[in-house]
Amino acid sequence: MIWIVLIPLAAALVTAMLAPRLSPQSRVPERLAMLGAFVQAAIMFFIVFQFVTVATFSAGPWVLAEPIPGITLAFHFEPLSLLFAVIASILWFATTLYASGYMRAHGETALPRFYCFLGISISATLALAFSANLFTMFVFYEILTLSTWPLVVHTEDETARRGGRTYLGVLIATSIGLFLPAIVWVYQLAGTVTFTPGGVLPAETSGVVVSLLLLLFVLGVGKSAVMPLHRWLPAAMVAPTPVSAFLHAVAVVKAGVFALAKIVVYIFGLNISSDVLAHWIIWLPAITILVASLIAMREDNLKRRLAYSTISQLSYIVLAVLLFSPEGTLAAGLHITMHAFAKITLFFGAGAILIASHCTKVSELDGMGRQMPLVFVCFAIGSLSIVGLPPAGGLWSKWFLGQAIVASEYPGAWLLLGVILLSALLNSIYLLGIAVRAFIKPFSGAATIEAVPWSMRAAMLIATGMTVLLFLIPMPLHEWLVVLTLSIR
Amino acid sequence: MSYETQLIVVILLPLVVAPVCYVVPSPRVAWLLTLATAMSCFLIAVQLLLAVLDGGGFSYHLGGWAPPVGIEYRLDVFAAFVLLVLTAIFLVCQLYAGSLTGKSGIKEIPLAIAPTFFAATLLCISGLMGIVVTGDVFNLFVFLEIASLATYAMISLGRQRRALTAAFQYLVLGTIGATFFLIGVGLLYAETGTLNMQEMSTLMPELVDRRTTFTGMTFVIIGLALKLAVFPLHLWLPNAYTEAPSVVTALLAGTSTKVAFYALVRMTVSVFGLETIADTPLPLILLIVGALAVIVTSAQAILQVNIKRLLAYSSVAQIGYMVIGVGLLTVEGLTAGFVHLFNHALTKTGLFMAVGIMLLNTVDAKLPSVAGLGRRMPWTSAAVVITAFSLVGIPGTAGFISKWALLDAAMAQEAYFIAGVIVIGSLLACIYLLRLLDVMYFRAPEKVSEHMPDETLTVPFPMITALWVLAIACLWFGLFTEHSLSVAKLAATNIMGVQ
Repeated sequence: MIWIVLIPLAAALVTAMLAPRLSPQSRVPERLAMLGAFVQAAIMFFIVFQFVTVATFSAGPWVLAEPIPGITLAFHFEPLSLLFAVIASILWFATTLYASGYMRAHGETALPRFYCFLGISISATLALAFSANLFTMFVFYEILTLSTWPLVVHTEDETARRGGRTYLGVLIATSIGLFLPAIVWVYQLAGTVTFTPGGVLPAETSGVVVSLLLLLFVLGVGKSAVMPLHRWLPAAMVAPTPVSAFLHAVAVVKAGVFALAKIVVYIFGLNISSDVLAHWIIWLPAITILVASLIAMREDNLKRRLAYSTISQLSYIVLAVLLFSPEGTLAAGLHITMHAFAKITLFFGAGAILIASHCTKVSELDGMGRQMPLVFVCFAIGSLSIVGLPPAGGLWSKWFLGQAIVASEYPGAWLLLGVILLSALLNSIYLLGIAVRAFIKPFSGAATIEAVPWSMRAAMLIATGMTVLLFLIPMPLHEWLVVLTLSIR
Repeated sequence: MSYETQLIVVILLPLVVAPVCYVVPSPRVAWLLTLATAMSCFLIAVQLLLAVLDGGGFSYHLGGWAPPVGIEYRLDVFAAFVLLVLTAIFLVCQLYAGSLTGKSGIKEIPLAIAPTFFAATLLCISGLMGIVVTGDVFNLFVFLEIASLATYAMISLGRQRRALTAAFQYLVLGTIGATFFLIGVGLLYAETGTLNMQEMSTLMPELVDRRTTFTGMTFVIIGLALKLAVFPLHLWLPNAYTEAPSVVTALLAGTSTKVAFYALVRMTVSVFGLETIADTPLPLILLIVGALAVIVTSAQAILQVNIKRLLAYSSVAQIGYMVIGVGLLTVEGLTAGFVHLFNHALTKTGLFMAVGIMLLNTVDAKLPSVAGLGRRMPWTSAAVVITAFSLVGIPGTAGFISKWALLDAAMAQEAYFIAGVIVIGSLLACIYLLRLLDVMYFRAPEKVSEHMPDETLTVPFPMITALWVLAIACLWFGLFTEHSLSVAKLAATNIMGVQ
């Protein structure tokens, strides 16, 4: 079943091989990508509904190679992985649909390269999801960083190159400088880096070492964008909108928090006594939540505002994970899902606005809601989900996160809850404010509104539909995650 | 042929073919002869390694004189491992050099002196292999000189007159290094009364407190460190690597410094002995100069505009990693050093080959000249990406294995400072290589050369084949390490266990 990670890669390679023979107008690259994405999503659904049993998860890892004795390149099936892979597959399909309209309408060039590296990134994301140990995870983490770089610098101008440099600089520096040493350290302490339910660190490890390791991981997994290592995410916004939407709201950043979740659950273990941990580490994401929200309020560029909102939301997940409780992990899993669908809706909206009116600034959007009702209704629902209001799925993840915080024995848990609530207030100002402005303020008439391609609208509807659906019937997802949290205890 | 005979044949074969190459009229014949020799040496080296892994080391007595009277050639796992690396790199480089006999080679080495070049490479490899298999310290000096003289000649073949200065500079410094080594050997001979390595190593523990012995050891180590280009004795290397023809640089990067490293380890760990070394400040010095090499020369590499010089500085930094491995004085440390020798030979030879191919179509070796080549030479550039990743130590490539092994060894000794140095070194490598990739892929050519900017350039077939053999090896040995890491580990246990 692990072979599904090869589907996007195959689509990418075929695109690369055909590329020299294609004319710039050829639609083959997006057709291939869409075919791959469709097959992938279909197989994913089939697996989830037909095949997954308890036995699937208890099966041993599938070893591809053993480069260093005791350290393998290996994959396994595990509930958290499967959840992440399903989300990524669904949204990959939505994104290719969206991109096929956007890239043409925006007059982007070098499309075969774009779809090729998009495919490689998806493969890396899926492989990262299924990795059975820290080493494998690190391998695909790095491949993901490198394969998204050409997408960030896609336009090849000076701004893009500068953004690409920050992107690569921060991600590579943190991964090699902090993440890798942390992995080697775990190997030294535990003699293994395999993800094991209950953790691998020996019980006698001192609290200082555990805390230091945790800090190395939290900062080293730079893709989770915990401040002060968040700068790459706004820098990556120079990429075409589908890339920002899919990679920098879903695949790449969620790979970061997902990696952290797996590390906490399967390397540290949830049974770790909370008195050995340095409690201040949890304040890193807490501060990030607030500061990023505050910065987002001041950003006039729509994509950059969404990027800071992403930074803030990612830290919700990091915070949930760092609670070291099953309830926290459950809330993290829920928020990974809810935020993925909501944020991709918002980015799709930003791209649609750009295509229709060539506006990139929030202050230019006055009255546009009545010109583009569909786009802005979807945008508003996405915003509601981020804030945590009905009728959107974001409500549930915030609900369970609040419960987890209250249930935790962390000193100052009430203060953390305060942070969450205050941030929700800020979210509603800087996100709902956009929709309000678009619907209520008078239209200036400065911008001419063009039609949005149907494929972009369809993609937006899929994402928004999922957000609403997850509000109406969150229980299957919740039950799934409960089973997961029981299995990892 | 018995294994003992093969041991002497592998050294004599290139030595005998070299003069033949020099006198044959056609460059093409000279090349074919060299390639056949390289192939035979490689096959013999494979057999020898398998034999050693199977049944342990063995020795050949030159002229039938038993040691310590006669000269002895010994082969253990470490020697066989390095011998295999040498012959493999030599073979790939000769494949690459096949283009020199064609039209595209004109830019590298003039056709008229191509036979001289082939003769020189054969002499060089013969000398280098001799250093690896000999069990006699004076004989090591002789082979060192054979290899060095051939190297000076090869460097001076560079197209620009600066190559002559570079060759002369290396000649002066190389001779000083060899002289230091010889003085050291003389002093040790005066103390121990033997030149045989094994005999000397058994006598060392009693003599180590004498001042003469200590002086002799110091001279030997400094002499070899100069040949190895250990920071701060590396000043000859960037010039030599930059000015030599690319094929020569590729060959030297994969063989010459590796053999000097072998000689340093052989003399310190095997001959002087681990206990002896552990009592001296040598391990600490090795760690310090290694760390300085990694940081300082990596930083210097970032400042370079000439690509070959950039890679040359990076080579000095990589030597730093290997030296750190020895300085840790543990089996893990030596393993890391050895496996880095293997992986870096593949990586750096590949990179220099790729640069050589790119230079066929550019004005000079400066960074701006390769702008836009990513699209015009897709296959060459893709190989640059792979080998560059391997040099940085991106997981999945060979370079990662050695970085991991070294980090692991440093952490096991709780040498967190060294671990930090390794990490910072990787980050610096990332910076200078991404600069190269950035220019190649994302910058438009500054001036239009005689070719159209979008035209795909043709690359001589032997060159691209050789390059891709190494690029694929970089990927292969990043995943499947039973022939690199495991053998390196065996070599390290073997060489430390003997003492």
